[in-house]
Amino acid sequence: MAVTREHMLDDLAAPGFWQRLTLRDWLWAALVVAGSLWAYASYSAYMDEYEVAILAGCALGLIAWGLQWPPARGLSLTVAGLSLFALWRYGNDLGAQERDFFLKYLLGSQEAFMWMSALFVLATLTYIAHSVSQSAFVGRVASALTWSASTIGITGLMVRWRESYLMGTDIGHIPVSNLYEVFILFAVVTALLYLYHERRTGTRKMGAFVLLVISAAIAFLLWYTFDREANRIMPLVPALQSYWMKIHVPANFIGYGSFALAAMLGCAWLLRDKAERAGWRAVAAALPPCALLDDVMYKAIALGFAAFTLATILGALWAAEAWGGYWSWDPKETWALIVWLNYAAWLHLRLTKGMRGAPMAWWSIIGLLVTAFAFLGVNMWLSGLHSYGTL
Amino acid sequence: MSVSVRSDAPARPPRRLSSQLFEFLGSMNFAIMLLVVVAIASVIGTVLKQNQPYQDYIIKFGPFWFDVFRKLGLYDVYDAPWFLCILGFLVLSTSVCLWRHVPGMLAEINHFRTTVQAKSLRAFHSHAEWALPEQTAAQVQQSVSELLGARGYRVRLKEHSDHRVLAGLKGGLNRCGYLFAHLAIVIICIGGLLDGNLPLKWREWRGEIRLETRDVPARDVPDSSRLQPSDNFSFRGNVRLPEGTTTNFLFLRLRDGFFIQELPFAIELKKFNVEFYPTGQPKSFESDVLIHDEDHLQQPLPATIRVNHPLVYRGYAIYQSDFGDGGSLLTMRAQPLLGQQGEAPQLQGRVGEKIPLKTPQGPLTLELDDFRLYNILPVPASEQNDPQAHGEAGRKVRNFGPNFTYRLRDATGQAEEYQNFMVPMRLDGRSFFLSGVRGSPAEEFSYLHIPADAKLSPDRFLRFVALLHDQPRLHALFTAAGESAPGLNAEELATVRERLVDLFLRQGIDAIVAQTRARVPADKAEEASRFFLELLRRSLGEVYIQVLREEGLKPEDGVADADETFFNDALNALSALGSYRAPFWLQLTNFEQLQASGLQITKAGGQNIVYLGFALLTLGVFVMFYTSHRRVWAWIAADGAGTQLILAGSGNRHQDAFAKEFDEIVRTAARRFGPPLAESAAPER
Repeated sequence: MAVTREHMLDDLAAPGFWQRLTLRDWLWAALVVAGSLWAYASYSAYMDEYEVAILAGCALGLIAWGLQWPPARGLSLTVAGLSLFALWRYGNDLGAQERDFFLKYLLGSQEAFMWMSALFVLATLTYIAHSVSQSAFVGRVASALTWSASTIGITGLMVRWRESYLMGTDIGHIPVSNLYEVFILFAVVTALLYLYHERRTGTRKMGAFVLLVISAAIAFLLWYTFDREANRIMPLVPALQSYWMKIHVPANFIGYGSFALAAMLGCAWLLRDKAERAGWRAVAAALPPCALLDDVMYKAIALGFAAFTLATILGALWAAEAWGGYWSWDPKETWALIVWLNYAAWLHLRLTKGMRGAPMAWWSIIGLLVTAFAFLGVNMWLSGLHSYGTL
Repeated sequence: MSVSVRSDAPARPPRRLSSQLFEFLGSMNFAIMLLVVVAIASVIGTVLKQNQPYQDYIIKFGPFWFDVFRKLGLYDVYDAPWFLCILGFLVLSTSVCLWRHVPGMLAEINHFRTTVQAKSLRAFHSHAEWALPEQTAAQVQQSVSELLGARGYRVRLKEHSDHRVLAGLKGGLNRCGYLFAHLAIVIICIGGLLDGNLPLKWREWRGEIRLETRDVPARDVPDSSRLQPSDNFSFRGNVRLPEGTTTNFLFLRLRDGFFIQELPFAIELKKFNVEFYPTGQPKSFESDVLIHDEDHLQQPLPATIRVNHPLVYRGYAIYQSDFGDGGSLLTMRAQPLLGQQGEAPQLQGRVGEKIPLKTPQGPLTLELDDFRLYNILPVPASEQNDPQAHGEAGRKVRNFGPNFTYRLRDATGQAEEYQNFMVPMRLDGRSFFLSGVRGSPAEEFSYLHIPADAKLSPDRFLRFVALLHDQPRLHALFTAAGESAPGLNAEELATVRERLVDLFLRQGIDAIVAQTRARVPADKAEEASRFFLELLRRSLGEVYIQVLREEGLKPEDGVADADETFFNDALNALSALGSYRAPFWLQLTNFEQLQASGLQITKAGGQNIVYLGFALLTLGVFVMFYTSHRRVWAWIAADGAGTQLILAGSGNRHQDAFAKEFDEIVRTAARRFGPPLAESAAPER
């Protein structure tokens, strides 16, 4: 054998990180860098040094996300394309949303959110049809609907961001500042987390459950829009005028989205388990196996817990700058701690004691109730410093 | 899951109680119980509003439960001994857990576990086996060692009597994740404890300091309730600073009293600025301050403190917290409403002052409570088309200008609260001076609408009121009308009209109707009251015409619509006077605003410790979840002339990712050794 030793070692080694990068990967990174530089050139006048750092961090994060999960690239590029198109149609005149066909019927933030809502509800129904019919085609349609809903939802957020600046540079802000805006964020984040697991596990049977919680959020959003007119863009109170909002809120919603996903899989787990024991063949066939649900539930809670830890810490750092202390036992802070302790207990049971099954599924469902209280209940029933989203 | 390194020997000597206790404290069950208990206990403080004045709690719970809850520490739950005790146990449990597991885990990072059985390797989920008739054990060992090394595994060899074991290991960082995350909890709790109230309470308990519970000015607070800068490692206090004043201390509120915390420097508030968006929402609060510190500064340090942008000076963080009036100088005119004659007296005072007044109704104390320059309020429905209003249709707001709030307290201590606007407010196309009154802060203000005349002044209304109370002129006016009625001559009718006016002014229309009912037989009562009301209206009208005449108008040539509307508005205001209670209306004529800024000043000595904990926690959590401690073994034995090889492995996280890596290892090995005899099944989907 005329194989040199070096060649042999080459043959054995796993390709290193840099070696594994393809031309497409490099292209992706280059595009993100170019886009970020363009954003910096266009908007740096409105940014402080922290926001520039956040932009750089976002660029790195986006590159990493695209490398880790290739579908993110298509999503990002589509969102970027649609958003830029909408920005171009707007020019510098907010009034364009009444006149321009595309803004009026598709890309104005309100219209985008209506499309998102409709698509999410359709996706929910289609996922249910997929679970019932077992048709792969129907499943692909459901996925496509979810992808479209997420795309148009994120685009809507981007456009809303611009619209707020068109109302006045002192009014402009990232659209994660009130309950209306974060509900959209919640729907989109949950959907993307789900799509990640859908692709990873190769089954679409979890969709019917996860999309249910998104549809519930959409129902709330629509009520909030039409009954309370909460969709109007409002200027920021002084306490929210900070770069911290750009990182604290999204980090939180990765947590909330993951916990919601885990809870819905908990429901699916319990149903599948019941179906198996009761011998309901058709029901069991419509659901993924318990082991898979268990695995995804764990992964979701682990990611949610990590993101939520980070978000709460960011919140504490922000509180130290805005409220005079990193911890004041404010109701929102305290409930964040309660949520954190709850999932810490869950993870200890799972990782250290190796617990699985019905108790963990139930616990993740209860965990969502606790999380929902921290997210909404605190705003509705308890007063405190963090009362930015009241009903 | 990883397997415990040490296995419990079946027969152990009976353990001592202390070691049993130690084990219990570090046990997972205890830890999980504590997590849940802390979570549940934390709920209390979010449901019951914390650190409110004790008076509020007494009103809410009654004296008995107030006392019970106070003893349980529910008004400051997060500083209550029992709550701190639970937190202490959480720290203790985590520490014991660390103490027990860290040595093992650190050893685990470098412990290769070179003693394994072929049988147990075959039981691994990820395993593969080869029979290699043409290679020696040494060759196989060499290849596997290179293969694992190329994949980042550290490898150690152990030769046994009839076989050799290559043990590979990577991802030791994962174990550090556990260490970091749990150490972080201990560090955060210790840092938080240092920044809490505990040190203060300790000194209070030792009798070194005493809480001031009296309502006394700062200068009268005794030294025992004063804390020197060096005394306090950590604190969080507030001070309300009027523009142009300087302070070198602040108040630390605790339970139902306070301490005074001295500062090693002084803060002077030069100016407080507030800005609004067109929608009326506040846009920014800013304090321009000067820091005076002769020991450390050559000249005073100027700075602007904004929300989200505190000033950090010598480890003290100064925050914009709230704002209010700092003692604006108000000039007012006490416009008589009960016919007091003579020039309306002028008053002057600062917000926060109490001014004794002598009135025909007895002595009153005027307590000036607040002054607000801007009052951006929703525009009434009738004014939605107002070009001055901002915002979207249906939600327009407008600045209604300055107002001030005061209380009038009588000799018995009873007080009514008033809120008067300086400039007239436009409603339905007319303008009114608004003056609100209420009996207690729990009520809404009910507003007296004093109509403003064409010059936007209250003068016409006030002249009207004055004339209505001027008996001689009224008498002359009514007599001059020369009117008579059945059974009454002109003189008598004039007296009746005077009485009607007087009754109306003192008790309102209803009193006239009631008195008529009481005096006239029932069958004629209605007719009589209609007569009297008509007479009253005519009388008031004549008085009003007289007022117009005195203004130089010629009412004989006809009364303008606006003047007629004014008359109706004036009558409405007159009817409301009965419930206005004050003998005068305080008209704000001039002001010099002086604002005050509420500053919060903190020193958090434990902050850096806590932040270190935050960093460790974040790092620990991500490392724990997203790295994995992986082991691979190669069991190699001579098999006749050839060699038998078993590869197996496991990871403590992300088993499917490990399974994928193991597949790759097997595939790479297969290039050298050929396809394996047996291989683990693909992970279940």
